[in-house]
Amino acid sequence: MFVNFFLELRQAKVPVSIKEYLALMEGMDKGVADFSVDDFYYLSRAILVKDERNLDKFDKVFGNVFKGLEAPVGEGIAAEIPEEWLRKLAEKLLTEEEKKQIEAMGGWEKLMETLKKRLEEQQKRHQGGSKWIGTAGTSPFGAFGFNPEGVRIGQDKNREGRAVKVWDKREYKNLDDTVEIGTRNIKIALRRLRKFAREGAEVELDMPDTIRSTARNAGYLDIKMVAERRNKVKLLILFDIGGSMDAHIRVCEELFSAARSEFKHLEFFYFHNCLYEKLWKDNRRRHVDTFSTAQLLHTYPPDYKILFVGDASMSPYEIAYPGGSVEHWNEESGQAWIQRVSDTYRSMVWLNPVPERHWSYTPSIQLLQQLSSNRMFPLTLGGLDSAMKELNK
Amino acid sequence: MKFTGTDSYVASDDLRVAVNAAIALQRPLLIKGEPGTGKTVLAHEVAKALGAPIIEWHIKSTTKAQQGLYEYDAVSRLRDSQLGDERVKDIGNYIKKGKLWEGFTSAERPVLLIDEIDKADIEFPNDLLLELDRMEFYVYETQQVIKAEQRPIVMITSNNEKELPDAFLRRCFFHYIRFPDREIMTQIVDVHFPDLQKNLLREALNVFYDIREVPGLKKKPSTSELLDWLKLLMVEDMSPESLRSKDSKQLIPPLHGALLKNEQDVHLFERLAFMARREQRSTP
Repeated sequence: MFVNFFLELRQAKVPVSIKEYLALMEGMDKGVADFSVDDFYYLSRAILVKDERNLDKFDKVFGNVFKGLEAPVGEGIAAEIPEEWLRKLAEKLLTEEEKKQIEAMGGWEKLMETLKKRLEEQQKRHQGGSKWIGTAGTSPFGAFGFNPEGVRIGQDKNREGRAVKVWDKREYKNLDDTVEIGTRNIKIALRRLRKFAREGAEVELDMPDTIRSTARNAGYLDIKMVAERRNKVKLLILFDIGGSMDAHIRVCEELFSAARSEFKHLEFFYFHNCLYEKLWKDNRRRHVDTFSTAQLLHTYPPDYKILFVGDASMSPYEIAYPGGSVEHWNEESGQAWIQRVSDTYRSMVWLNPVPERHWSYTPSIQLLQQLSSNRMFPLTLGGLDSAMKELNK
Repeated sequence: MKFTGTDSYVASDDLRVAVNAAIALQRPLLIKGEPGTGKTVLAHEVAKALGAPIIEWHIKSTTKAQQGLYEYDAVSRLRDSQLGDERVKDIGNYIKKGKLWEGFTSAERPVLLIDEIDKADIEFPNDLLLELDRMEFYVYETQQVIKAEQRPIVMITSNNEKELPDAFLRRCFFHYIRFPDREIMTQIVDVHFPDLQKNLLREALNVFYDIREVPGLKKKPSTSELLDWLKLLMVEDMSPESLRSKDSKQLIPPLHGALLKNEQDVHLFERLAFMARREQRSTP
């Protein structure tokens, strides 16, 4: 009976599978939800949603599918506002003149209708707002002067604190969309780049050596220990930043945060469009705090692996000629600098967020493709995989 | 077996339902949320409320899934064999039970807490899929199958440092502990410090939520920090007035060490205080 709900969730890209659906059925069967709609909401949320980023989507779908489900609570409000209570209150507060005015408006019935209508409107407008529908001051009767202090509709008489359904509050909204999304896959791809070496305190049993030395020791146990294995790969990432790269900022952030947690020896620098004589680490202070590329070549030993990340889309002059840079006067061409880097470091790749099929239309991409001796890969999971393979060679 | 919160733990409705669903349907419950919102404490409280024993498995970056099942101590066996110890004949003597094994064979249905699963290697959750699903595993050395007679109540906490694989998530129920609002926070504080002055609490909560609003904090203070801070305030016998003073010198709350946990945050705060003071001086 909830198939519809299930399908809508899938449509809204909440990753639910049949396994979870069956679990929900099982939960209903065992009476976990206790025949209350709220509990059913909590139960289905616990079972079907596996990531706080999806909670908002879930709430929306739930709201849509089960709209009007809780009629006695939601819509009933208008009906449940006790008419005679209002009438009494009004009579208490009103002067004779005002009562006459009301009569002129079409009498109580008409007024009540207006009130109901207003309340309904308000419920719609305030979806997700405060708990109390039509609290106080904004009472629809303000215009008629009923209510100098604001009649608190609903709060005293109507004890359902649930005028707005829990799922309509959509409290998880701001958790949607974080940088970490999808980094797991990137991390898996980056794992190809692991190179283990033993370093540090000796904490693991070295089996072959123990056997060897025990045999040599005439069968008396001689235990040998070795240090733990650690990832020894050193990575230097150079990011193109600003300008045309702004469109790709998210995928770069993902790559960066994945790489950061995966490698111990990770260094990064920024450049703009093409690599010239200067790099920087902090974009806010890019003109003050720079690091010369020549020094980079001397600081990081050749066993570092170089990863360029950039769209390589610019005017070919910016690469090929001295003074071609759009930002400053460069004494030497970008080409010369990239050549130097590729001479110094044996392992180097260029990751390009521009889709591969567009590469051939941009001359600068082809130029850099040549400069990096065809080691340019698209910044996709597949491309990342091949890039890591290349770096591991 | 139903969990309804305890006298020392305030459980919201949705949390209650999630826990009860996990108990009734015998699935692991994955709990996420900001640090310090009571993820680990929940497992203890569930165990307390149900009167069940608790088995804790704290995960570190070097923890392997196998360690949760069992470990075979080959070295002591080798050593014993040279000393001619009788125990050597039974390999079972050298199998050390892991936390999962303990949980599976416990006489009562236990609560098994797998704490901070995101600290482990990225493949760790995948290595536990079958074990958590079927609640059984195979011991190669002794060739026996360890099967849970009663499925333990498994609670898993995560701080979101790594993403968990889908296959793993499918097998769990999930609950995200939202940061408590003022109303629930007051209840929580009441549970912990029943004789705290009402107005001190109100002022303290004001300061606390103000701090959480400050943009750019590296680590926002959470429930556990608030409780620590309140304890300090009580020990130091602070008056509510000292918290309320909007005096610019006082912009850094008293005993802030309990709330702000790194120096950048304290610096940020001092800078904001400084700026506020300058603003005050220039306005009149």
